[in-house]
Amino acid sequence: MTITIKKSSKEIEGLIRRVEEISGVDLNLCYQCKKCTSGCPVAKLTKSPPSEIMRRLHLGAGDELLGSDIIWACVSCETCSARCPMGIEVAAVMDALRILALEKKAAKQEGNVPLFNRAFLSTVKLFGRTYDIAMIAAYKIGTLKLMNDTEKFPTMLKKRKIALLPPTGADRKTTRRIFKKAKQNKADKE
Amino acid sequence: MKYAYYPGCSAHSTARDMHESAVAVAEALGIDLVEPPGWTCCGATAAHQTDRVLAASLPAANLLKVRDMGLDMVVNCAACYNRMKVANHEVSTDPAMQKLVSDAVGGDYDGSVKVRHIIEVLLEDVGLDVIKATLKRSLNGLQVACYYGCLLVRPHEVTNFDDPENPTSLDRLVSAMGGVSLDWPHKVECCGGGLSMSRTDVVVSLTDAIVGMAKAAGAQCIAVSCPMCQINLDMRQLDIEKQTGTRHDMPVLYITQLLGLCLGISPDELGLNKLMVSSASVIERLEVHAHD
Repeated sequence: MTITIKKSSKEIEGLIRRVEEISGVDLNLCYQCKKCTSGCPVAKLTKSPPSEIMRRLHLGAGDELLGSDIIWACVSCETCSARCPMGIEVAAVMDALRILALEKKAAKQEGNVPLFNRAFLSTVKLFGRTYDIAMIAAYKIGTLKLMNDTEKFPTMLKKRKIALLPPTGADRKTTRRIFKKAKQNKADKE
Repeated sequence: MKYAYYPGCSAHSTARDMHESAVAVAEALGIDLVEPPGWTCCGATAAHQTDRVLAASLPAANLLKVRDMGLDMVVNCAACYNRMKVANHEVSTDPAMQKLVSDAVGGDYDGSVKVRHIIEVLLEDVGLDVIKATLKRSLNGLQVACYYGCLLVRPHEVTNFDDPENPTSLDRLVSAMGGVSLDWPHKVECCGGGLSMSRTDVVVSLTDAIVGMAKAAGAQCIAVSCPMCQINLDMRQLDIEKQTGTRHDMPVLYITQLLGLCLGISPDELGLNKLMVSSASVIERLEVHAHD
């Protein structure tokens, strides 16, 4: 397989440095044995498997890497990290790429994982715990795929697998404080 | 045996049955579970895909509450368990993170609260001998594929749960209950976890492979211990049938539901009516043999 990367030194250094900084991974440790890709449950569903992402980073890929489909197909199962003979936290590299993709607004992809994450976290921020109905509504309105999975709702409601009322009793004050502090910390860094 | 029990958000929505069966089993085995007052969400996958400080602080707020209770924390949800352990790891190995987290949660936290999974409590603190002596019924040779998924076993240096590639904790419980735990290759494969809604395509493909393999290995049911594994393997069977025409009809039960049945607790109390794929075949099997 031939890997083509764009050469643009300024951009290149930026991406590698940030990935290593966020993930705490030394990218130079990878010697391309491809164990991560062999065990990756989504490798066959994506164009660029994890070992290729590692190689591209190693070769100095730029921001175009943030458009790779595996970033948002990765299920965070950490099989790659568990099996890496060099002990590289490949899953942490994926988390770092997601964070960078969001930061650089490169996060446009099928399924819209960031939108789901936002919907999830916004209910946590509001109620201290997740509130499925609000989360699902926010996500569905965002994706405009209103009918996906709706055939299951009546059964799930009947089986009380979805709570109708928002959660109560959570220490919402602390949760709000955490969200505020995390945001502040991020702003301080930038 | 007294523990601070962290139920996790899904205990009050998609995994009410996980929660109900754990509480019922704990009561039957004399395990005292106390919820930390005002417990909050651990942030799950969404937080760690978004921000490191947020991802460590949301669990740490709960660990701080438990520290003040002077107890070990027991978690049932594999995702919450994983996030608690990762937060402890982050805080105790990274001084800068420890400072940021302590500031965010409004209290000095050093990562010292012991986090246990309920399976670990069953095996290590209660013990198989006591469990066996308390059983009222047997699984009578029921063939069970024990499925661990990702979050209990990975990252192994952090969770330190059983063996990362071939865990046997659930299998040992199934054998103690008189079931046959199957040797099968998908014990620690991933079901797609938190991407169930955002990447349903990925999840349907992964769950089809897992449930199909369990069936091929001769499983009559799958035993799980994670609410995301449960809902993915159970509910997504409807999508698998729609998309591929294959009807697996494979009941997916929490290990605490199987154990509850063997302890003589009623199916309703264990939330078995909440499964999407009926567990009637499993329940009937126990009923038949109970009268032998």
